[in-house]
This record gives sequence, C-alpha cells and structure tokens, in this order.
Amino acid sequence: MELKSNAPSGPLDTAWSRHKFEMKLVNPANKRKFNLIVVGSGLAGASAAASLAELGYDVRCFCYQDSPRRAHSIAAQGGINAAKNYQNDGDSVFRLFYDTIKGGDFRSREHNVHRLAEVSTNIIDQCVAQGVPFAREYSGYLANRSFGGAQVSRTFYARGQTGQQLLLGAYQALIRQIAAGKVTMFPRTEMLDLVLVDGKARGIVTRDMVTGKIESHAADAVILATGGYGNAFYLSTNAKGCNVTASWRAHKLGAGFANPCFTQIHPTCIPVSGEHQSKLTLMSESLRNDGRVWVPVKAGDGRKSADIPEAERDYYLERRYPAFGNLVPRDVASRAAKAVCDEGRGVGPGGRGVYLDFADAIKRLGEGLIRERYGNLFDMYERITDENPFKVPMRMYPAVHYTMGGLWVDYNLMSTIPGLFVLGEANFSDHGANRLGASALMQGLADGYFVIPYTIGHYLASGKLGKVDEEGPEFKRTEAEVDERMKKLVGNKGKRTAASFHRELGKLLWDNCGMARNAAGLRAARERIPQLRAEFWSQVIVPGSGSELNQALEYAGRVADFMEFGELLCRDALERNESCGCHFREEYQTEEGEAKRNDDEFAHVAVWEHKGVNKEPVRHKEPLTFENVHLAQRSYK
Amino acid sequence: MNLVLMVWRQESQQAEGRLQRIEAKDISPEMSFLEMLDVVNERLTLAGKRPIAFDHDCREGICGSCGVVINGIPHGPRPGTTTCQLHMRQFHDGQTIVIEPYRAKPFPVLRDLIVDRSALDRIMAAGGFISASTGSAPDGNAIPVAKSKADAAMDAAACIGCGACIAACPNASAMLFVGAKISHLGLLPQGQPERWTRAENMVATMDSEGFGPCTNVTECSAVCPKEIDVSVIARMNRDRIGAIFLVARRSLASDNG
Repeated sequence: MELKSNAPSGPLDTAWSRHKFEMKLVNPANKRKFNLIVVGSGLAGASAAASLAELGYDVRCFCYQDSPRRAHSIAAQGGINAAKNYQNDGDSVFRLFYDTIKGGDFRSREHNVHRLAEVSTNIIDQCVAQGVPFAREYSGYLANRSFGGAQVSRTFYARGQTGQQLLLGAYQALIRQIAAGKVTMFPRTEMLDLVLVDGKARGIVTRDMVTGKIESHAADAVILATGGYGNAFYLSTNAKGCNVTASWRAHKLGAGFANPCFTQIHPTCIPVSGEHQSKLTLMSESLRNDGRVWVPVKAGDGRKSADIPEAERDYYLERRYPAFGNLVPRDVASRAAKAVCDEGRGVGPGGRGVYLDFADAIKRLGEGLIRERYGNLFDMYERITDENPFKVPMRMYPAVHYTMGGLWVDYNLMSTIPGLFVLGEANFSDHGANRLGASALMQGLADGYFVIPYTIGHYLASGKLGKVDEEGPEFKRTEAEVDERMKKLVGNKGKRTAASFHRELGKLLWDNCGMARNAAGLRAARERIPQLRAEFWSQVIVPGSGSELNQALEYAGRVADFMEFGELLCRDALERNESCGCHFREEYQTEEGEAKRNDDEFAHVAVWEHKGVNKEPVRHKEPLTFENVHLAQRSYK
Repeated sequence: MNLVLMVWRQESQQAEGRLQRIEAKDISPEMSFLEMLDVVNERLTLAGKRPIAFDHDCREGICGSCGVVINGIPHGPRPGTTTCQLHMRQFHDGQTIVIEPYRAKPFPVLRDLIVDRSALDRIMAAGGFISASTGSAPDGNAIPVAKSKADAAMDAAACIGCGACIAACPNASAMLFVGAKISHLGLLPQGQPERWTRAENMVATMDSEGFGPCTNVTECSAVCPKEIDVSVIARMNRDRIGAIFLVARRSLASDNG
C-alpha cells in the first residue's frame, strides 16, 4: 500500500494556491461527460454534489434517509469555526491552523489543516449568501461565540441549531441542482458495496430500501461522504442509521483505514437512563461557556445539588485547568469527568454524571439572556429528563460522538483506491487525535464546497478512463455477492435480534476501547469480537424477506459490518502505545494523569490494509512532520 | 407500566391496512416513545412476528424523520415535541394508545407507519433556495442584516420538514411548511431577487402535488414540534400577491415589447 500524501512542497501558506494552479482542469464543455457518484447527503455530500453539478458534472447522489435534508449533520448544535477575525481578538488563518493541530494533539497533516483554516472564511461567506440565518449583533453584523480549545471567539452559530441551518443551506443548493436536472437523487437507497474496474473505483451497488431491489450504478469516480462509525459503540450521539458499511466495504476492497482508534467522546451528553436506551443526546459544548462543571467534594454525597454548600463543591475543571477552565478541549473534559465518577463522586442514578450548573450565569446575566442563548437546549434537556435546568443543574456524562479516524486520503482527498474520494467525517484527515468543537461543520463544508471541486477535476483530467457500464462482469459479480449476503441474513433461523448483538458489541467496545484503554482490555475485546461475530452469523434472526421494505434487514447488515470493524478498532488502539488526544492508554500517562504522547515512535498515521476477514491486517505508516508548529505537550493549565 | 397499542399495519402501498392490537408490557416511563416501539419490535421479532415499520433517525428532534399520529395527534400529546422526544411518562398505566401513520393524500403509506413525503422535496425544488453558486459569495459581513430580521428568519427556518402540519390539517394543506421556507428566505436581503418567483413556483407545485388550501384552522401550528407560527402563511400569501403583480408587470412588458 503506497501512502503518498501528495501535499505540495514549499511554504505552507501558499501551498493550496500553488496546488490549485498546478492541478489539471477539465474543459467546461467536457464536464457534463463525466458521471460522478456521491454517497451521503450530509454537509460534505450535499455541498459536494451541489458544487460539482454547478460546475457541470453529471452527478448522482444517494442517501438512506427519505430526504437528503435529514442527514445527521443536521443535529450539530454549537457552531462552525472560521478565521474571520471579525472580533479583532487576534485570530488569523495561522492561529486556527495552530489551534487545530495542537487540539488534535499533533496527529494530523499540516498541509490539510492549513488549507482547512484558509477556506474556513469562504464557507461563512457562502453560507450567508445561501440565506443561512446566522446569529447577528444589533448592528446587523455576524455574531461569534467562543468554544473549547481556543482563546479567540471565532465560532459562528445559528442558535443551537447550526448544523441544521448549514445542512439546509447545502440541501437547498443540492435541490436546486436536482431541479435543474444536474443531480439525480436516490433517497432511501443504501450503498452496499463498491465496484472496482481495473483497480479504479467505477461504481457502487445499492439496495432500494422500499422495494429491496439490488442495483448497480457505474461512474467515472465515486465520492464517499458517509459519516463516521460512532455507532459501533451502539450508544452514541449519532443517528440510529449512521453506519460504517460504505467505508468498510471500500476498506475491504483496498482503501486504507486510518487511525480507527481516534474516537471522540463528547463530555456533555445526557446520562443513560436505563437498559432500553437507544441513543444518547448531546448538549452543545457551547453550554460550557456559561455553565460551571462540578461534583461534590465528598465521595458518595447523596444530597440534592441545592443542599451542597459552595465549599463542598469541586469545580474540578476550573481547579485543574485555570487557564481554560470549563472550556478545555473535549478529550480533557471527558477524562476529567470519568476520573471524578471513578472516585465515587459522580451524581445522579448510577453515579455516572457531573453537574453543569447555570446558577451563576443566570444570576450574572439574567434568565432572559440565558434563554436566548440556550433556550432550545434547555427545553430539550427538560423533555428528556423531566428536570428544569433553570432550577437545577444539568447532569452530564461523556458519550461517543465523533470519529476522527476514517478512510485514509491524500491531499486531494483521494483514498488508496484511485477514483475513490472520501469527504467529511468519513475521512481521517484534519482533526488528528481529537477534534475541536465547531470544526466538524467547517471540515465537511470545506471538503465539499472548496476542495473536491478542484481535486476531482485533476483526477479526471489526468488519465484516460475506459468506458464501463452496469452490465460489466465486475458489477454483476458484486450484485450477486450483495444478494447472497442479504439472503444469508434473512434465511437465518436464529434466536437473537441484531440489536442484542449490537448492544453486546457496543458494551464491549465502550468498556475496553472507550475513554480509557489498556492492553489487557483491548486484547480481551479483540479476542471476543471474532467469537461474537461467529455467534451473530449463526444466531441472528432477521424477519421478513429481502424483496420488501425491511428495516430489520437493513440494520442487521450494518451490525454485521460493525462486527468486523470493531476488531480493527481495538487492534489499532492496542498497537498505538501512547496516549494522545482522545486515545488514552492507561499505561501512558504523566504523574498528574495527563496523556503522554510518544512522538519518537508514534508521530505517524496508522493505516490499515485489509487482508481478509479473520486474517491479520497490515499496519502501514504515514510519517507526520511538523515544520510550522513546534511539537509540544498540550497544556491547558 | 402496561399499555395496549392499536397500531396501523399495512404491508405495502398497494395492500390494505388495519389496526392491530398489540400489548406492550413492562414499559418504563423513562423510555422515549420510539424506545417503547423498539422494545415491542424486539419482542415481536423473537416471537416470529413482523416488527412494526416506522421512520426514525436522529432521535433528538431535529432530522424530521419520525412522526406518527398518536391518539389522533401528530407527534402525540406534548406540544413542541417530536415523537422521538416524547417520553412514556406522558402516558399512564393501562392506557390504550392508537398509533397511525400521517394521513394525507400526497403522503402514500409505504408500510405500517412509514409514509412517502417526497412531495415536500419537490416543493422545495420548485424554488426553496437562494441561487448562490459556490464561489460567488461576497464577504459575510458585506450586507448587514437587522437582528430582528435575522431572528425572524431563524424562527421560520427552524422547520424540520416532518410533515406533521399536513397530517394535522383537515385539508392536508402544506402552507405552514411552504410559508416557513418562503418567510425564512424572503426575510433576508439575500433572498430578495427571487422572492416573488419563489412564492409563485412553490405554491404552484404545492397545489399540483395535491395539498389542500388553508381554511385557518391553525392545527398545523398547534402540532408543529418547532412551534412555527401561522404568521408565516400570511407572509406566504403576501409574497404570492407580489408574484401576481410580477406576472402582471411581465405581461405588460411583453405587450409593450
């Protein structure tokens, strides 16, 4: 497996401009002759499909939801970063670049991150032009808020629904191209495999989720914008349908999978309420701007929050990290919450929770202003927990939220399979070992609006692509394989539901490959997963048939892929003998319990090559060099 | 708690449907409505029966996928709440809960509680956007937008496109949905160039898709999980009148031309 980053040489700050000039172009009249497939319609997919269609390409876009507007980007709450420096507080492209590299604990590629910071400003302009109703000051100018891991205010937001508004902007751009006949949309259609012809990605095989029909779609290039794999853990903040299938299928055909163990645990989610729990709900990180995190000083303190006097409260983030206080990055905040709960100081049922208290902010700013800032989040919290955060502190606990790992891509966002591009959360490129708040929306839109429109043209113009069609043997063979897998699942006469297997896998991963990991636990999980996978295939029960709307079958197929993927997740975590960002190995920590990196041995991207199920995958390395940022231990104290 | 569900079961769009009685025992009040359905479905599956099909995804009230009619009310009894965020503590032990799909001619049932809402995408495609191609935008602060306008646009833009408004309306009117988009974009300076044609085209598509007219019942706003105000419909009508003048101006221009 060759891992050439294809990042331009020379000075960093002009690299993207030079690269844009050096890339080949497709003549405007020829663009319509190229067929492109975009899988996924979230921020990355919808923005890519719309922008490519505007350029003149012939685009087909696929999503499993009933409408492209429902992709899970819609649930992002807090905001989107951009180096506009509208606040005159010292922000710059270089500072956003620096914060992102540092926030990612020096495990991302400098060139990709710098480009991200550069185009961040264009994203805001583009979204404003589309009618995204960003928050504004009374002057009529755009408002900003601050976010974890940064000391400048660079986050743009639309109440607590920023993801929704940005996605609707991208969806509206997409639907305009659908109306213009430049994009053909396939909703309720799930990609079940990738098709290679002569080693290049030339199409996909899908299942129509209403009729069950298995179909092939040929193209000149395939773009995956299929999101992250957080649902491997069963309980996460992802939508129920989010899955790893598209990425995993591509991986099995030769796409390198990078840093799967970099999974972000978000510090502020509503705690689990019982066995029936089907998903976890995040409360935006922006709440930490005004909320203070605390637990009782005494372990096992059973008193109500109001009965605990100030002196007996431990505002542990403010105590441990005076410079950043409640606004430390997500990985640091999550681990700190786990630590106090492990000490028996957690609050709420089961003792897995910490308080996020707004009493001081309400006293200082008034209930009205707090309602204006976070009203919808407070309402949501009350609907779920039946507690009013204006009266009692919120209870929070970390939950799986985002995956920094993903398919490996070069500077052009192309995977190790020629013609297969990967955008947004599905790729690994920009966030290193930890993503900063309000950076996921930025990356999804950067990839879709401002990177792929250039880089895909370069690929299409660079080499001759032979003609392929859906009748070719590669397509027919893949269709038959997909069909067989479906038949195997529905034909099984088992005793356990796919959900019960998924819950068991999720618990195994959360316990052994969650917020804190150690070699013994990871080894145990890695050994258990193949057994669980075998049990799944022999015991799973999937009602109905493949030729109808069958949600149980859709789900079982996704769980089957998580069963294979989970093993790689643990393997990667076991091989990375250091702590960095969200990847916290208990064996590697400082005396104060902070993550201890090992730059000598692990300043690289781990890229896995698939060699077959139940076979040892091969671990490749892409070395990371830091020429513009000094490699240093992160400190938020 | 123990509940009795009366659930709409329908194999496919062509098949006939009926209400089926299903007992839901040992339900925790902490569960969400959809988690209750998950539990029922696992039990049905293990008993060799067909689970209930229902649309859902984010389960945090924002994607707009879920939405069923619960005891006659889309999204159920709690105002401003989607089905996924409705919790079982809103119900009591022994209660019978009738669960049906959205009922509206433009929303054919695909299976059980799942309906086809693609008509809403087709209305959006008729003009629910601002034609700003990637790369053409001026600086984000080049055009100030009064905070009051931006806030009002955001109020309307909060629509999640779930379709509850249509299911609640005796005429299956989509005017709250269409009015919300027309208001969101029409309130902003960026939305002005296409304002009149947007209203004209979206309303024409809404009519041709088979959605009914508005007769001011305002059930739409009452069930809206995002509590979109009916004033968006007034705004839509105002922009339609603007569109009529535009058509008149166009025909005058061509008469003179």
